[in-house]
Amino acid sequence: MSVVLVDAGGTNIGSVRYALQRLGVDAALTSDATTIRRADKVILPGVGAAGPGMARLRELGLVEVLRGLTQPVLGVCLGMQLLCAHSEEGDTACLGVIPAPVRRFVDAPGLRVPHMGWNTLSIRQKHPLLAGLDDGEQAYFVHSYAVPTGDYTLASSGHADEFSAIVARGNFHGMQFHPERSAAVGARLLRNFLSL
Amino acid sequence: MLSRRIIPCLDVRDGQVVKGVRFRDHVVMGEIVDLALRYRDEGADELVFYDITASPEGRGVDRGWVEKVARVIDIPFCVAGGIRSVDEARAVLHAGADKISVNSPALERPALIDELAAAFGVQCVVVGIDSLRDADGEWRVRQYTGDPTKTRALARRTLDWMVEAQRRGAGEIVLNCMGSDGVRAGYDLEQLSAARVICQVPLIASGGAGAPEHFRDAFVDADVDGALAASVFHSGAIAIPALKHYLHECGVAVRR
Repeated sequence: MSVVLVDAGGTNIGSVRYALQRLGVDAALTSDATTIRRADKVILPGVGAAGPGMARLRELGLVEVLRGLTQPVLGVCLGMQLLCAHSEEGDTACLGVIPAPVRRFVDAPGLRVPHMGWNTLSIRQKHPLLAGLDDGEQAYFVHSYAVPTGDYTLASSGHADEFSAIVARGNFHGMQFHPERSAAVGARLLRNFLSL
Repeated sequence: MLSRRIIPCLDVRDGQVVKGVRFRDHVVMGEIVDLALRYRDEGADELVFYDITASPEGRGVDRGWVEKVARVIDIPFCVAGGIRSVDEARAVLHAGADKISVNSPALERPALIDELAAAFGVQCVVVGIDSLRDADGEWRVRQYTGDPTKTRALARRTLDWMVEAQRRGAGEIVLNCMGSDGVRAGYDLEQLSAARVICQVPLIASGGAGAPEHFRDAFVDADVDGALAASVFHSGAIAIPALKHYLHECGVAVRR
């Protein structure tokens, strides 16, 4: 099985790659369109801001490539947000393969932004990506923007309001938290993705 | 529900984990990767590595161990010590660290915080603050605390610096209360509570943990998001599973 990590300039690429290695998968880091199209699984990691993230994908000529993929795709953190329609962060048009907006956490008394730390996952839909995951297990989040819940939401988490923690639409999947930094829960979810 | 974080802090000197009392008289506690794995297995929520000699010696973090830790660890970790440019921060993040923490270099040149936040996003940028109460009752910032012979007392008030750091792009604040550090008599709840009022980003308590009750007090009374400790974990005086069990029994949300 060939797994590629799309090199969109995010700083967590190394961490995701090591997490896959711990699962016995050596993922190639690439920004080459042909390599990405031919891969069995495509992972779009990302730490940073939506605007520069999309700009980087445009520079690399990868916007249409990613939109046209038919194999399982996983966006992690900012990578998940880039799969969505639009982000409030820098008023950025994103890839649009998951019909969802990305919004900043609304200021509320006592609400700390960024949302940083381990939070519980509430399962909303059965899906092979969630195989073996128990309701209430925890994952590690670090983000200031979030995707509201919708029919694409497989699992949600709460920070003031509920937001999407895991999403899916067709072959496109996203995790708002960092599976590569979410201990055994994250390893299981990554393994599930590799098994799709 | 967001859990409160238990964060072992590993002070790194010459590739080994060390711990001193009141920032002095360091003794070797163990090898970095061994201790990192031990804490991961015990249920630590996050790890912080401070290269305590980097800033006073004017050199950057030795990054060899960062990649080693990143390969084996599946919980988040933050690296601090002598990061004084976007390029140095990028190298540490690319080696696999999830966050970088700046302290003395941000005091030298506060715009460093803006630059790091612009380059990597605020979620990567932690500002560490070493603070001590002066004779006039004000908490003020200390610089270069890794080496007692080079430590400087600044005129800058701790709470003023905390406001400025957030405005510039700090995504998290670690407040190290030096007056309580290493003496295991409890976190400085008065100072942490004062900080909490003006801190809109996650606030991490540091300095003074000696008993499970101290963690509860920091979470319940000072409402901090995480509590950092070193010697009580390194020595085995407090085991993380037992600490989390205790906190859970006290009604504090923790990851178990």
